[in-house]
Amino acid sequence: MISKLKSLGFGVMMALMSVAAWAEASKYNLQTPQTQVAQEIFDLHILIMWVCVAIFVVVFGVMFYAIWKHRKSAGHQAAHFHENTKVEIIWTIIPFAILIAMAIPSTKGILSMRDTANPDMTVKVTGYQWKWEYDYPADGVKFLSTLSTPRVQIENKEAKDEHYLLEVDHPLVVPVGKKVRVLVTANDVIHSWSVPAFGIKQDAIPGYIKDTWFRAERPGTFRGQCSELCGKDHGFMPVVVEVKSQADYDKWMAAQKAKQAAVTMDPNKTYSLDELKAHGEKVYMTHCAACHQPTGAGMPPVFPALTGSPVATGPKAAHIDIVMNGGKKNPAMPAWAKQLNDVDLASVITFERNALGNHTGDMVQPAEIKALRK
Amino acid sequence: MEATHALDHDHGHDHGHGHPTGLMRWVTTTNHKDIGTLYLWFSFIMLFVGGTLALLIRAELFQPGLQIVQPEFFNQLTTLHGLIMIFGVIMPGFVGLANWQVPMMIGAPDMAFPRMNNWSFWLLPVAASLLIGSFFVPGGASAGGWTMYPPLSLQGGISTDMTIFAVHILGISSIMGAINIITTILNMRAPGMTMMKMPMFVWTWLITAYLLIAVMPVLAGVVTMLLTDRHFGTHFFNAAGGGDPVMFQHIFWFFGHPEVYIMILPAFGIVSQIIPTFARKPLFGYASMVYATSSIAILSFIVWGHHMFTVGMPTGAQLFFMYATMLIAVPTGVKVFNWVATMWKGSMTFETPMLFAIAFVCLFTIGGFSGLVLAITPVDIQLQDTYYVVAHFHYVLVSGALFCIIAAVYFWLPKWTGHMYDEKLGKWHFWLSTIFFNITFFPMHFLGLAGMPRRIPDYALQFADFNKIASIGAFGFGLSQLILLVVVLKCIKGGEKAPGRAWEGADSLEWTHLPSPPPYHSFETPPLVK
Repeated sequence: MISKLKSLGFGVMMALMSVAAWAEASKYNLQTPQTQVAQEIFDLHILIMWVCVAIFVVVFGVMFYAIWKHRKSAGHQAAHFHENTKVEIIWTIIPFAILIAMAIPSTKGILSMRDTANPDMTVKVTGYQWKWEYDYPADGVKFLSTLSTPRVQIENKEAKDEHYLLEVDHPLVVPVGKKVRVLVTANDVIHSWSVPAFGIKQDAIPGYIKDTWFRAERPGTFRGQCSELCGKDHGFMPVVVEVKSQADYDKWMAAQKAKQAAVTMDPNKTYSLDELKAHGEKVYMTHCAACHQPTGAGMPPVFPALTGSPVATGPKAAHIDIVMNGGKKNPAMPAWAKQLNDVDLASVITFERNALGNHTGDMVQPAEIKALRK
Repeated sequence: MEATHALDHDHGHDHGHGHPTGLMRWVTTTNHKDIGTLYLWFSFIMLFVGGTLALLIRAELFQPGLQIVQPEFFNQLTTLHGLIMIFGVIMPGFVGLANWQVPMMIGAPDMAFPRMNNWSFWLLPVAASLLIGSFFVPGGASAGGWTMYPPLSLQGGISTDMTIFAVHILGISSIMGAINIITTILNMRAPGMTMMKMPMFVWTWLITAYLLIAVMPVLAGVVTMLLTDRHFGTHFFNAAGGGDPVMFQHIFWFFGHPEVYIMILPAFGIVSQIIPTFARKPLFGYASMVYATSSIAILSFIVWGHHMFTVGMPTGAQLFFMYATMLIAVPTGVKVFNWVATMWKGSMTFETPMLFAIAFVCLFTIGGFSGLVLAITPVDIQLQDTYYVVAHFHYVLVSGALFCIIAAVYFWLPKWTGHMYDEKLGKWHFWLSTIFFNITFFPMHFLGLAGMPRRIPDYALQFADFNKIASIGAFGFGLSQLILLVVVLKCIKGGEKAPGRAWEGADSLEWTHLPSPPPYHSFETPPLVK
């Protein structure tokens, strides 16, 4: 009965695994490496795993032989030995030697992954709850990268597309074959910027700027996820890196610069209520809706409702203050002054005061924000 | 409950001053057997509480998309699952076994400080109520992970404070338990029982108790710093105030890694009792077992950095922590070889405790190997915070620690209750547990290698197959544990009468010198150990 049950269970397990997943080999291993470092890690893992498998087979081969042969039911009489200094010394020294053999390639791996010297370019990555900011300091280009999977897919109301939860509105773009130094930090809590195909995972820690690097060997789109618990939407802040040829990258960078100049709404202009609301809605959906919800209902008590809230329907100054400088009593509300520009801030506050069920009728102009920044 | 019998028919004579009965008996008891029973039942109840949280997690992860719980609540589930399983199941489980067994195995009448013993147990339900109750306060339970990393944990609501107080209380309980165990072992051994004659379970608990005393205050300190950061304006972990969020991780893991061994060393001890018993052959390499256990305990203080490779330490620190971590494989290997050598040329039978012990040796070794893979810093960078780590620590904590507690319960149930348990049900329990355990956790290695982060409520489509398998396994594993409940209840109620020496190969004092069940007060005159 027992052996039947055992083989049945094992069979079920193997069948489940083979039917479900043997079709795609990479499901059983690390992702296909796209950098030298990732390749080293891949090889290191394979080596160590096989050494472990070999030891396992030998040790448990002996054990199961004993279980089979040295059974009472097979009439085996117990021996009485209980120590053997020679054997004990041997099985202390052999594992030690194996470990030294493993340590050598591992040390090499560490040294090469830590070598951030002489990069061709630098990007700065900042983690926010729950999005990434990519900054190209040499080019003056900076943008936020947020999940682009629609809410309806997450809520199972629409079919999920191929890159479900691994797609963003604005990926990080880098040229192929260039050594990219990545400076990683965070603004609120600890995040971790990770791209498995590049062999990179670097915690993003407020107050620290840590660095890592990669040199992508071929063009393509590579995906990872935030890898340090960072709150409610930790599972919804993917990392997407597009590797382009140098020519395409240059084109992209030129377009970014042009776009950044064109899109920027003039902070000195006075806008109408509808203009502010229209722009504010976009800002709200990108930055605020994750916590306060698209309807403004919030998720009390940590993420309060905006609909009819004392802040969104009360005095304007207090509303501007909490949006710009963060919640003094509730640390879950970040300070947006550094992330958003004057037009975005003015628009989103106006939107919150005149939509989501609120009708204060007042508006905030970019100039008011600008004045407060001084 | 079983001791009630003993009390009734055995001890009308020796303590005529009436014991309280009913509930008050358990509230006021200072008897090591009663307190051991309380610890074990507490641990068992918390196993079902923590297991229910785990099943909610696995139900949500059965398929991509959000179906059952929202992300915020999901984070509460993972946090409380971790805290409850570690502090509510594994640690009290081992303390319960120590309470029952250590005095009987060293020939002592009771624990050294019986009243403190009572208090250290009764703190546990208080802490557990704080933890479980935190689900019902505004904002829900603590959602920053069992590791409570700031600054995220600084964002939490009142439940975070409840968790901090629960950790304080659990820490006090553990320290008192450890003091009691150390004092008992060092001072109350029967004449003739030298240190190197103590059963391995006693040895491993002695070392574990020292680890507890060394690191529980560290944990208490670090969560207190968290508390003052939250409420009293300190900035220990707030970079904006000149503090350092990484310092929390250093202090936490200085506690956390020895904690890992606190949860496994007593398991090593249990297996070292069970395997020789059912192999009918003395434990191979007793002395080297003692030295290996001590080496593991000492090494556990210098490896904490391996939990933090992705923080970005200096290269030299990464190398140091990698080498030190790899070194742990040597004494651990010695132990595994010793167990195999104990079985070699034995005369083995395979009752349920032995089955669990053998499964432990195999599956714990798989967890040890994945630990070795994770020790290699460059590989760890890929696998840190993925499901590979989840697979790794469930192999060492479920098939390691939990399987050993279960093995110990089967092994000593005949002693505690005076009845043999239902062997057929026991074997069902073993096979179902082992098979479903592997269906649950083995595929998680693949998920981690493919890059699925841990602690996420929803995942990309390529992770769907293995998650589905793992969820099926989890429900099978969880439901199988109900069999253990049936076995235990049946065994308490009745069953075949167990002789004093219920297992042919058992040779420690509780088997050779005491009837089953043992009298309420045993070894009032110490036995002589030759």
